[in-house]
Amino acid sequence: MTAEHTVSPPRLAPAQLDPKDRFLGSLYARNIRSVFARGLKATWGSNWAVMISGFVEPVLYLVAMGIGLGSLIGTVAGPGGEQIGYANYIAPALLAVSAMNGAVYDSTMNVFFKLNFAKLYEGMLATSLGPLDVALGEILLALLRGAMYATGFTAVMGAMGLITSPWALLMIPAAVVVAFGFASFGMAVTSYMKTFQQLDWVSFVMLPMFLFSATFYPLSVYPEGVQWFIQALPLWHGVEMMRQISVGMISWGTAGHLLYFLVMIALGLVVTTRRLRALFLK
Amino acid sequence: MTEQQLSGGTPAADAHHAVLGLRSPLTPEQTAVRVRRFGAFYYADMWIRRMRGYGWTVLMTAVGTPLVYLFGMGVGLASLVDTNGAAFDAGDGTTVSYLVFVAPALLATAAIMVASEENTYTVMGGFKWHRTYYGPNASPLSSAQLVDGHVLGFGVRLLITTGTYFAFLLIFGAVEQPGTGWLMIFSAILGGMAFGLPLMAFSAKLEEDKGQFAMVQRFIVMPLFLFSGTFFPLESLPGAIRWIGWISPLWHSTELGRILSYGHTEPAALTAVHVAYLVLLALAGWALARRNFTRRLGK
Amino acid sequence: MPQITSTPTVPRTASSTVISARNLRKTYGTFNAVDGISFEVPAGESFGLLGPNGAGKSTTMKMIGGVSSRTSGDLSIMGLDPDRYGPEVRAHLGVVPQQDNLDEDLRVRDNLLAYGRYFGLPKSYLQPKADELLEFAQLADKAGARVDSLSGGMKRRLTIARSLINDPKILLLDEPTTGLDPQARHILWDRLFRLKEAGVTLILTTHYMDEAEQLCDRLIVVDKGAIMAEGSPAALIREHSTREVVELRFGSERNTTVARELEGIGERLETLPDRVLIYANDGEAALEAVSSRGLHPITSLVRRSSLEDVFLRLTGRSLVD
Repeated sequence: MTAEHTVSPPRLAPAQLDPKDRFLGSLYARNIRSVFARGLKATWGSNWAVMISGFVEPVLYLVAMGIGLGSLIGTVAGPGGEQIGYANYIAPALLAVSAMNGAVYDSTMNVFFKLNFAKLYEGMLATSLGPLDVALGEILLALLRGAMYATGFTAVMGAMGLITSPWALLMIPAAVVVAFGFASFGMAVTSYMKTFQQLDWVSFVMLPMFLFSATFYPLSVYPEGVQWFIQALPLWHGVEMMRQISVGMISWGTAGHLLYFLVMIALGLVVTTRRLRALFLK
Repeated sequence: MTEQQLSGGTPAADAHHAVLGLRSPLTPEQTAVRVRRFGAFYYADMWIRRMRGYGWTVLMTAVGTPLVYLFGMGVGLASLVDTNGAAFDAGDGTTVSYLVFVAPALLATAAIMVASEENTYTVMGGFKWHRTYYGPNASPLSSAQLVDGHVLGFGVRLLITTGTYFAFLLIFGAVEQPGTGWLMIFSAILGGMAFGLPLMAFSAKLEEDKGQFAMVQRFIVMPLFLFSGTFFPLESLPGAIRWIGWISPLWHSTELGRILSYGHTEPAALTAVHVAYLVLLALAGWALARRNFTRRLGK
Repeated sequence: MPQITSTPTVPRTASSTVISARNLRKTYGTFNAVDGISFEVPAGESFGLLGPNGAGKSTTMKMIGGVSSRTSGDLSIMGLDPDRYGPEVRAHLGVVPQQDNLDEDLRVRDNLLAYGRYFGLPKSYLQPKADELLEFAQLADKAGARVDSLSGGMKRRLTIARSLINDPKILLLDEPTTGLDPQARHILWDRLFRLKEAGVTLILTTHYMDEAEQLCDRLIVVDKGAIMAEGSPAALIREHSTREVVELRFGSERNTTVARELEGIGERLETLPDRVLIYANDGEAALEAVSSRGLHPITSLVRRSSLEDVFLRLTGRSLVD
């Protein structure tokens, strides 16, 4: 252990700066830009069609469930207790879900592959970049994508006549916050994964969260114990926050949901940075 | 048939050689005769053994997925649908609950999901990344037998998934007529084959991964899943997009399931169309997969 | 150079011929991967296909292995046409492909068992055979390991062990030691040599001349899908090169200019970008002649001729680029 400590500082320190003098010196080289730029090039160079298509999925859900299921269900109680159309009810929830899905895909599958197969991060961390630059750069990319999807989805909602309040535009930044939470947390989880099979577990967690988090029906159908449990999960907070914003019912509750995500973002970043350092800067 | 009988014409006088070690009990001619006859089963046997490598995934999809969907859709969503007074016409004047209505669709969907899992990356990877098809291809097995073996193994995985799912449906009380309902296992397997085998043929042709599977997932699997009369009758969709259901193996397989599970009545000719369409897709996919495997492995 | 068809070095009867190819041709679109080659391999021989990457060696191996059909010509393995009797032909063979294609979802020992099942072999034979082959490949302690945890050399040895599971009389080895470190190569050569001694027919492709010299009784030099020469390694060297070679390095810029001043020394000169080769029967004498002309190379080396020189002579190109 002591030997490692004496070896590592020279490798980390850029010649011109003493890392101790900078904020988060050994972890952060203030160069998120380069990671972000590489990611943009890589994405737009190869898979832009796939990337664009990611926006289609929540729209399909909205059309199918909103119209098809909506014709069976009619109206449900909205955030303020007033009756709203079923499509109005699920649309903000689907936006939260799609923010989650995109962020989780980017921060698990994608990061796992780069971490273990493409050895991308190993190469990056051999330069003056620190683990925090890499983590934040990757997360920023995921957020950009999330913001684009959210904008597209909100436009579709508008076209379907599902936007009833100007507040609804705030759903776009809110979706980015939700995505940020899931991305930083997802990256932290991924840094512990060793095999592809473990990635399957991610979907085993995501699927029930997707179905149970008051996305398609109110939480009240569950017994109280189950309700408590679901309220502890992040997606429920995302769904509720979106739903409140979509009809312009901003309250302290909305702030509480937001706080949940801010804590999640901070925790995820701390763990991710620590793990990346443990993995690469031994 | 015992091993002694089959090894009648042992090639080596000794069963053991100083350098070559144990001598094969079969002559190459005997090997070829056996493999021509049973090759597909040899490959299927191995395919099923490999499934143990991801046994947890198989188990979780077989047990976890039905639980999640049955609670989420069959119980949670059902309470919303049923309280809002929607009723699902069984066709003969009686109605069924949302749980009973949606159960055959959930079962059929599970088979489709397994089909897309087993016939995309694994198939392409067998040619491109892991190259797992090239090993057996150098053995006496033929390319067509690899396909047949895959179909058999895939069928076993479908059976595990749908069989378990059906057991959960019974536990949740989602099957009104268990006497015919258990046949849903097979209509779902047929649906899985009708979707999976053409997909297998497609995957066997792919040379580069340019995200085609993500596109298949988003533009084929997802729409089929959502617009196939799964969560609501196809009739509640505008006429302009009902055709998605008509071409979807999932809709045909689901409708068969509804007939078997709660006696949904429809014209006999339509039922015949469901079966014929699924069988046709499965057979065409199978034949194409055999052709594509033979071409690619014989390059 | 005209095509050299099989000129048997040892008299043999038709019954001892295990592989016979006549005017074998394989075309991909307009590209002739294999352009009319003919050869015969008697039982028990170790037969090599030597040539650079892309010469058509692997394609020829695939046709022999009964997994790729020929465009034209005749091919018979154990008297059988592989296009018609694929399973029968493949039942005779053990195949080591150029790229390992082990089953990574199965453990090391299970790879052998599963492969044996493809031949319809009974478990009572496969169980002890698998253990024996793991011993042979020095992998006994890795029996339960995951394939992806093996080193490159171990994977290669496992692939060779797998090819022996059906106790084949003919072993096809496509670039068996490419990518291995020298020690791993020598272990493999030793294993293959023992098989050859036990009467197994070896067909191998390689672009390593030392490998061809070590393992092959007879070989064909292949380039651009055609046979350039055929014979034992020693005979090929005798026929197409001198006994010794002097390698001189004068520095990259000077090699070409100096080469002109070397005219007349030895039997033949070959100027390469990085060195000048003098082909001579007495290398030391040639080297002295160089010094006596007042030319002093940066480095000089006298060595015996190798198949590399044969290939250079026949094609004007190096074997390994």
